[in-house]
Amino acid sequence: MVEPYMDATLEPSSKIPQLSADEIESPPLTLWQLTWRRFRRHKMAIAGAITLIMIILYSYGGSLFVSEKYANHNDTKILLQYPSAKHPFGTDTIGRDILARTIYGGQISVLIGLTAAIIEVLVGIFIGSLAGYFGGLIDALLMRFTEAVLTIPSIFLLLVMAKYFGGKIPNISLFGRVYSGSVVVIVLIIGLTSWPFLARIVRAEFLSLKENEFVLAARATGTPTWQIIFRHILPNSVAPIVVAATLGVANAITLEAYISFLGLGVRAPTATWGNLLQGAYSYIDQGAYWLWLFPGSLILLIVLGINFLGDGLRDALDPRSRTV
Amino acid sequence: MKLPMTRYIIRRLLQAIPLLFLISLVLFVLMQNVGDPLATMSGRTPTRKEDRDRLTRQLGLDKPIILQYLYWLIGNDWTKIDMNGDGVAETPGIRKGVLRGDFGTSIVNRGVPVTKVIAARLPNTLILMLTAELVIILGSFVVGIYSALHQYSLVDNLMTGAAFIGYSMPIFFTALAAIYIFAVYFKRWGLPSLPTVGMFDPQEGKTTLQVIRHMILPVSSIAFISLAAYSRYIRGTMLEALGQDYVRTAKSKGLPRRQIVFIHALKNASLPIVTVIGLELPFLLGGAVVTERIFAWPGMGRLFLDHLERGDTPVVMGILMLIAVAVVIFQLITDVTYAWLDPRIRYK
Repeated sequence: MVEPYMDATLEPSSKIPQLSADEIESPPLTLWQLTWRRFRRHKMAIAGAITLIMIILYSYGGSLFVSEKYANHNDTKILLQYPSAKHPFGTDTIGRDILARTIYGGQISVLIGLTAAIIEVLVGIFIGSLAGYFGGLIDALLMRFTEAVLTIPSIFLLLVMAKYFGGKIPNISLFGRVYSGSVVVIVLIIGLTSWPFLARIVRAEFLSLKENEFVLAARATGTPTWQIIFRHILPNSVAPIVVAATLGVANAITLEAYISFLGLGVRAPTATWGNLLQGAYSYIDQGAYWLWLFPGSLILLIVLGINFLGDGLRDALDPRSRTV
Repeated sequence: MKLPMTRYIIRRLLQAIPLLFLISLVLFVLMQNVGDPLATMSGRTPTRKEDRDRLTRQLGLDKPIILQYLYWLIGNDWTKIDMNGDGVAETPGIRKGVLRGDFGTSIVNRGVPVTKVIAARLPNTLILMLTAELVIILGSFVVGIYSALHQYSLVDNLMTGAAFIGYSMPIFFTALAAIYIFAVYFKRWGLPSLPTVGMFDPQEGKTTLQVIRHMILPVSSIAFISLAAYSRYIRGTMLEALGQDYVRTAKSKGLPRRQIVFIHALKNASLPIVTVIGLELPFLLGGAVVTERIFAWPGMGRLFLDHLERGDTPVVMGILMLIAVAVVIFQLITDVTYAWLDPRIRYK
């Protein structure tokens, strides 16, 4: 017996694509829905995201309960006190309450992390996309430049730039709070030293994506080059960029802590988690563990949360993964 | 060595030269604004203007940046400098310039050649960092291979969790926690405590035992973090290697498990690690700035920081160029080694 759909003389029933019985049962999911489902399965990533949300609530919400003046208010009569009911995290070397300082420090640290990552992403995408798309001489020059930045150890470069820009940028007031100019300096130098990592990733993505047919089609229809780069190729390379940017935030927070610890970062009295640790090691012998334990743990928690989140994002956004 | 490989190496070396020039120029310019070296030279009495002018001329700091860079690069013994401020250059310079191996003299350690300053600190850093690197490599292989072989077991999950926490820790957290537990608390509990300051006890002198005892805490702090990261990486590559077809073939041929794991799988899994380690090695020369600060270890990191803060351009440039050259050389060595180890790679 001839099966109907094998008979070439039969007219196609209609030109409109119909969902088969199978597909009607489970409606097709969009790419983002698939990504979200894959992300949801990563318990660690969810835990990381929750940790991050809680820390951000702690920093930004906590400032509703504790004023900034209180955080910077020092009373040398109560310096170096053990954690107690009145000062749950203890007091620091000149009598400031550490709990309040971690709250405000968190705001600055998170802000620095995010803005430095944004700068890193922007510069990295710009350089990486140009190098990857155009190739040839532009690629060679940009890659030599990238390598030049990578050849210098990042801490050293950061320290040199911190001293170069230090004290040059005035304080800014935003939303009623005064930010020390050193915050801008830190954001700039961290962003300007971390971009090579991202630029390499973007370039690799562009090198492989530009051979695709949709690029050829876009060129054939006369799309201007910048549109091809930013509206066609770039959205397809978003996955590794997002993962790298997430890890970049963690990296920026850690670097800010290192530089502030060395005294070249954000200046007092603005608190960041890094500069809370500044004097901590000179007081080790007296057993003042609270000086470094609380800010250090907060840094650890936020970096841990970001790392888990980044791990989950990497698996969720992987375009080759087909599982739901 | 095959001809294409030699040509590749030569090409890389030639490409590296403008890179190094570019780096040195950028760094030199950045260094110009880093601090006034003369500010720290006067000691307790304020410098007289004539002395300050004389020092400025002697150190060549009154010339425009590009000329200073030129003198740094090729010396000034082919020209005369004006030593006595009369506007007429009469004394021949004595510097031979970096390209002939003269890195100048330190401004902070008056008159001591930069190479001597660096050479005094370099061994200390190498002792610390190479030991740490050894611990990291051995430890991460052990943990990584064990985790890969016993995937998803309790130990593996514990190790994975610990690894995540470990490499999320900032270095001062591990260092301060280590000091706190092993030095302060041990002392309180009457246990023998580990020293935390410097490289050796000044009373006992620089004996090997002293150095080893003082090295334990800093090395552990550095190693803990990197070990966590590398063990995860090795676990990943081992799992990938163990999933390959040739391992299945070896198993079905009946090869002993030890041979399969340690000879076949491991050799293939360690290739990417070789690259990562090789690229990381030259940065060991820079020491670990934060660790050295916390443990007061007299190494390159502290040298850099101290001299940077006092605007000692020759020493800082010397350190940076040393590391830059090392990075270029090690990148080349790593690439060649990788090509040698992996027969699938061929450089044109």
